[in-house]
Amino acid sequence: MAHGPAKGITRWLYTTNHKDIGTMYLWFSFAMFLLGGVFALVIRAELFEPGLQIVEPEFFNQMTTMHGLVMVFGAVMPAFVGLANWMVPMMIGAPDMALPRMNNWSFWILPFAFAMLASTLFMEGGAPNFGWTFYAPLSTTYAPPSVTFFIFAVHIMGASSIMGAINIIATILNMRAPGMTMMKMPLFVWTWLITAYLLIAVMPVLAGVVTMMLMDIHFGTSFFDAAGGGDPVLFQHVFWFFGHPEVYIMILPAFGVVSQIIPTFARKPLFGYASMVYATSSIAFLSFIVWAHHMFTVGMPVAGELFFMYATMLIAVPTGVKVFNWVTTMFKGSMTFETPMLFSIAFVILFTIGGFSGLMLAIAPADFQYHDTYFVVAHFHYVLVPGAIFSITAAVYYWLPKWCGNMYNEVMGKTHFWMAFIGLNLTFFPMHFVGLAGMPRRIPDYALQFADFNMYASVGAFLFGAAQILFLFNVIATIRGGRKATDEVWENPEGLEWTVPSPAPYHTFSTPPDVK
Amino acid sequence: MTQSIKQSNRVLLAKLLATSVMMFLFALYVMPPLYNLFCEVTGLNGKTGGQYQATEVVVDTSRVVKVQFLATNNESMPWGFKPEVQSMEVHPGQEVEVRYLAFNPTGETMVAQAVPSVVPFKAAEYFHKTECFCFNQQPLDGGENAELPLRFIVDQDVPKQVHTITLSYTLFDITDKIELASTSP
Amino acid sequence: MCIRVKRLFACLLVLLTGLSQSALADEIERWGVNMTQGVTPVSRDIYGLHMDIFWWCVGIGVVVFGVMFYTMIVHRKSQGAKASNFHESTTLEIIWTVVPFLILIVMAIPATNTLLKIYDTEDADMDIIITGYQWKWKYEYLGEDVSFFSNLSTSRDEIENRVPKGPNYLLEVDEPLIIPVKKKVRFLITAADVIHAWWVPELAVKKDAIPGYVNESWTYVDEPGIYRGQCAELCGKDHGFMPIVVKALPQPEYDAWLVAKREQAAALKALTEKTFTFDELYAQGEKVYGTVCVACHQSGGEGVPGVFPAIKASAIATGGMNGHLDMVVNGSSKNPAMQAYGPQLSEVDIASVVTYQRNAFGNNMGDSIQPIDVLKFKQGQ
Repeated sequence: MAHGPAKGITRWLYTTNHKDIGTMYLWFSFAMFLLGGVFALVIRAELFEPGLQIVEPEFFNQMTTMHGLVMVFGAVMPAFVGLANWMVPMMIGAPDMALPRMNNWSFWILPFAFAMLASTLFMEGGAPNFGWTFYAPLSTTYAPPSVTFFIFAVHIMGASSIMGAINIIATILNMRAPGMTMMKMPLFVWTWLITAYLLIAVMPVLAGVVTMMLMDIHFGTSFFDAAGGGDPVLFQHVFWFFGHPEVYIMILPAFGVVSQIIPTFARKPLFGYASMVYATSSIAFLSFIVWAHHMFTVGMPVAGELFFMYATMLIAVPTGVKVFNWVTTMFKGSMTFETPMLFSIAFVILFTIGGFSGLMLAIAPADFQYHDTYFVVAHFHYVLVPGAIFSITAAVYYWLPKWCGNMYNEVMGKTHFWMAFIGLNLTFFPMHFVGLAGMPRRIPDYALQFADFNMYASVGAFLFGAAQILFLFNVIATIRGGRKATDEVWENPEGLEWTVPSPAPYHTFSTPPDVK
Repeated sequence: MTQSIKQSNRVLLAKLLATSVMMFLFALYVMPPLYNLFCEVTGLNGKTGGQYQATEVVVDTSRVVKVQFLATNNESMPWGFKPEVQSMEVHPGQEVEVRYLAFNPTGETMVAQAVPSVVPFKAAEYFHKTECFCFNQQPLDGGENAELPLRFIVDQDVPKQVHTITLSYTLFDITDKIELASTSP
Repeated sequence: MCIRVKRLFACLLVLLTGLSQSALADEIERWGVNMTQGVTPVSRDIYGLHMDIFWWCVGIGVVVFGVMFYTMIVHRKSQGAKASNFHESTTLEIIWTVVPFLILIVMAIPATNTLLKIYDTEDADMDIIITGYQWKWKYEYLGEDVSFFSNLSTSRDEIENRVPKGPNYLLEVDEPLIIPVKKKVRFLITAADVIHAWWVPELAVKKDAIPGYVNESWTYVDEPGIYRGQCAELCGKDHGFMPIVVKALPQPEYDAWLVAKREQAAALKALTEKTFTFDELYAQGEKVYGTVCVACHQSGGEGVPGVFPAIKASAIATGGMNGHLDMVVNGSSKNPAMQAYGPQLSEVDIASVVTYQRNAFGNNMGDSIQPIDVLKFKQGQ
């Protein structure tokens, strides 16, 4: 087992090493992040001013759809799997993932899925244009021919995620070093364990819903077609039964990342470790019984409406516990503000703002005014961009010195942070206003009263995009050289990953470490 | 990795894979029927039950419920389609017959399927159809008229606060689907 | 654009130099940063709920962020702060579980009441059936024998930036929905193709229109006025181009409108008997094409390759009259986007648009059709 990596391209094609696979996941996700970002910039460029100037409505709809799909399934989810690959074995003192060969497959089918999805842009009739939520019958009877490729791409992504999740569960349950009890595991490991269970529960449901679409389109069934005894609303129920837990799949690992970083830079142990674990579990549980809050306007009996409203409001409690824990962790610490900490603090603040708008959206009668407006767009971007994207960025800055042995450029890191922070707020904060003022989402052109705020949002989006180029530059520069990082990297950080040399050797913990 | 860990990894892999396959089958084969059952019980989406077998009927002449009839054509359905009367007042428990009028203006034989829906949702479970053209597909030759019968009873247990029940039929053109089914083996 | 950038700087300047309260309130009003209070009892309730929950959030935010910023300023290593080591406090954790829970209960009670009010659709004074189509709305007054389609009336020239945009850009229609004030109006909402959602912010009514199923909602408008909204559920290409305009009138004016509307329909029916000249048909056809066909087939009749077929030099528009008429009246069985326009358009409009399509875009067929022949075709003769 003591040999190093193979040479050339075969190293990456055949690798079963968790660090190599983690690296590939992270680079792949960054590529997808840029691609999804380009789609977003097309949207923002068209919305810079009222009127149709850059793209046709048909293509605009393809952009909103592809942006959503690529960001959710291509950028955020693989990035977290990549972080899990790198960090979970090192955090629990395991030599590698539990099922290394499956690990290789689960990564290598992803590029095919996204190549297939991206190729639909060049097909006759264009790419999927029905939104990332692909409501039937717009996505079945009225879909462009490329919908079949979309369905297969989703199947492959689903298979990849399920395999990744199984691997992570097996690693965490079976591969922990002696003495690493469940309640000693770092919180990132805990949140990923819960996320992996969510993935196994709901990714098959997504596969099920697209399979039903496939059958409706090609084999004459009528799951979602009223004419044959089906119901388009069934689609929404099944989709959101997947979709709501999916939202937490994208945020729970982020909770874990931030719970690692804040204690390090506050130089103080995480406040309320146990309650963090319980809060995460209850959020995961609640995620299965709130799906219909995405469907308040669809027409439900009042009892159903009330149930989903109460259940959704309840989520605020465990989420609040987490925020309070992070703030209390910082309280009376001895804080420094390196780039990972800046991103983590921005995470706590902006995610909380996203949580507030979430609480507002939970109030069903008020949701009748918010639903499907830019207020919702503002809400979920506040949760996902500072939530998922910022935490991934923070994680990269935090662990990059461990991965490649060099310190990143702090000035560039902080510049990246401030550009991203300002860009993000300039993009998404005005969306609250236009949403409340009545601008529906997914429209390529808008009435004149929304013009000013849309212009700011577009400027902010390009600033945010530029910040990511700086990020890319900084990461590459760090990999190629820079000040050598110490083994600990930071001041007295907690965790087994800091006990191995920097850069982390190709094989770590071939003999299990002692866990205190 | 020791053999015992490898073994337990494999066992876990098998269990988790089985779980995901089960979830897939659950989504495909359990959720749709479960949803339909749920709809019928709660009146979700205004779905009404199938053919109702009239049991002991007590006509409650002390109350009157207004029943409205709606007709909608789905797109690309060129038929004329409308109720004979737009609304009527019935007593709970009373069996009533109404007709919808259909006309196929095209030159070809077409097949239609009517899909019923009732609002308010809370009334759906109290709206019973003893006979309905929506139970069957409706073929109609080009240029032909048809009278489509509907017999229904508003249950005597319908909640007191329900004063109006609206019954809507949407007419879908399923000619192609029928052809598809008959040409495929 | 230039004006807007200037306005931004003006606004920033005002903020920096300190702004008087009333000026700020005016700014907020002019910029439209908040939800409308609307013109119905329900919309005002919803606005109240919205503001309540908003202030709760602000309150919690001030506390949480206040502590956070305090600690970020005071407990810094550079300020010589020494880290303490506490990491548990059952009391604290119980407090911050229970207090939010109580706040939620306080919010849930009025929310529940409002929701029950919204769901009480009983005893309406009148019913209107609203049907969503790609990409227009149809309104049908139940029992009044009045129904019509409502299309976007903003011109393509405005949308494609060839002429300046009007004040109600994208929020104007050819025929608004007319309702009386101070009456409980019940909406029965459905769709004929994909899912749409009927939304007018000032009425606080947003309900999905689902093909095959009916939804209901209601409103009670206090003041006469014009209220504008849009489709709120992605429904395909022109989802952003199917606005809703509701005009609330005092009862007598509403009654007069209803009578006039019926007369207008009768007059239109009479026109079916009339014989039109080619030029009249062509001119009317161009108008109809501009509202009904242009979205898919484009202004030059070229369509969108792979999605919407061209009319220019197409087999149907340059083929037999009956085939052309059949496509327009009965729709396409292959492409659901080509609806059956027979039930949607008057005979005059169908005759005009068919005549137009056969002679515009260089098709130059030279033939035309009269409304009475369309009627005969519709009746299967």
